[in-house]
Amino acid sequence: MIESIIDGKKAELTQSSKRTAPVVLSTRIRLARNLTGAPFPQRANLSQRRDVLTDCVSQIQRLESMESGTFLEIEQLSELEKQVLLERHLISSELIESSKGCGVYINSEQTCSVMINEEDHLRIQFLKTGFNLKSLWKRINSFDDAIDEYLNLAFSEELGYLTACPTNLGTGMRASVMMHLPGLVLSENMEKVTRAVGQLGIVVRGHFGEGSDASGHIFQISNQQTLGESESEIIERLGNVLKSIIDQELNARFKYLEDKPEMLRDQIGRAYGVLQNAHVLTSNEAMHLLSLLRLAVDFNFLPESRRAEVDRCFIECQPGHIQYDVKSDIAPELRDTARAAKLRSVFSKLPPLSFDSLEEHE
Amino acid sequence: MGDVLKCKFCDEVATVHLTQIINNKIHKVDLCETCAQQKGVSDPEGFSLAEMLMQSNAAMGSDEQQLQCPACGCRTSDFRRTGRMGCAECYTAFEPILEPILEDMHSGLKHTGKVPSHALDRQSYHTRLHNLKSALVRAIEDEAYEEAAKYRDEIHALETQTSEPT
Repeated sequence: MIESIIDGKKAELTQSSKRTAPVVLSTRIRLARNLTGAPFPQRANLSQRRDVLTDCVSQIQRLESMESGTFLEIEQLSELEKQVLLERHLISSELIESSKGCGVYINSEQTCSVMINEEDHLRIQFLKTGFNLKSLWKRINSFDDAIDEYLNLAFSEELGYLTACPTNLGTGMRASVMMHLPGLVLSENMEKVTRAVGQLGIVVRGHFGEGSDASGHIFQISNQQTLGESESEIIERLGNVLKSIIDQELNARFKYLEDKPEMLRDQIGRAYGVLQNAHVLTSNEAMHLLSLLRLAVDFNFLPESRRAEVDRCFIECQPGHIQYDVKSDIAPELRDTARAAKLRSVFSKLPPLSFDSLEEHE
Repeated sequence: MGDVLKCKFCDEVATVHLTQIINNKIHKVDLCETCAQQKGVSDPEGFSLAEMLMQSNAAMGSDEQQLQCPACGCRTSDFRRTGRMGCAECYTAFEPILEPILEDMHSGLKHTGKVPSHALDRQSYHTRLHNLKSALVRAIEDEAYEEAAKYRDEIHALETQTSEPT
């Protein structure tokens, strides 16, 4: 059912060859919206949920930007398909748990997904590789204007957009940026940074949001508060915090390079060797090795042209994608073999690591 | 020796003492080892004190006044337990208890962001229609038929000429 999405040649996260950068992998903005006159999904009964679903789907398909989009009803997807969509950040685990009377609309480039009957009636999400907060806000804002035209949104002049959970009240907006922070992790500064930005109302989470771990040194950083500040103010403030995290990350990397050049060379060299030669790789280990390979591209030990490959593997080496690749629900051990085989083949033609830039530095 | 601090959730001896500053307000919570683990306090990445504080109010607020949303039937206790509103109308129904909750979560109490123009048009259309209709009912009750005719015409004009904003 989701073949067109997985095999899609235009998928933003896995096929985009430009616009990625050191430190920042991708940017996402989501808006929580609800309809007037219907209970929120958690309180609604199945027939009320179905009414909202039908209503939203029929209006969303009128939108120009969704013309060649795909609508998927969660109930009709297999466990594996759901996991793949989750790994691509196109749906949330909360939507999977809701299961009945909910669905998702995804555009053909996979830059936009609209979840229906998740925690709120509508969760609109726009996603882009690279650091793109302002331009992404423009795009999601005009999409949201079109939604307002066709659907009767619950809004109060005092409290803003009314959401199921008061933590989303107001703008209903969560802007988040996926960051690769090996420097801060290796220098053991991540906890300090998490605490410091926490004071500013900015949250640091693992790769898959609340409660998930940060495998591959990848963190999701987003605004916590949604009421009392406008969307642009939130984006401005978050952007400033992110810029300072990028600075800190780059400083930490160069400090590591200066203090322990042999260690760095060794860790990256080992990652390179293992990715090309291993026959069994767990998801966690693969993420860790890919993180080091991405770091190698950032340090120019590998050509910039290899970055897209590495970024794609972060997504495609997760358990759901590996199983989807071999078209069956296989045991974890076999998954680890399949993952290693995939990585061996992707990286078989990597040029040798060049530490020239490091020598110049020394 | 001072009093032994008890866990906010289960009355066990508290061994985890947490202080977080949100919006320049200091929040302190004492937890036992088990509850701290369950609430994910040991995992700094996935932990939101605001959400936990809101849910913990469920235990404290058992003797508080029960409000109920006329639209969806959601009660104060439902809201305290789940931390979720039942529908958009709940925000009006639970207004008396909302302010301290929002203060803990957000940097302000007033929305200053985007305004959906169509939603507002529809709201004002319905408000005007509603006001005219109740004025009509009142006029008829008062046997002020001239006024009633005027309201009737205005309602008719509003309903036909400016069909509901889309």
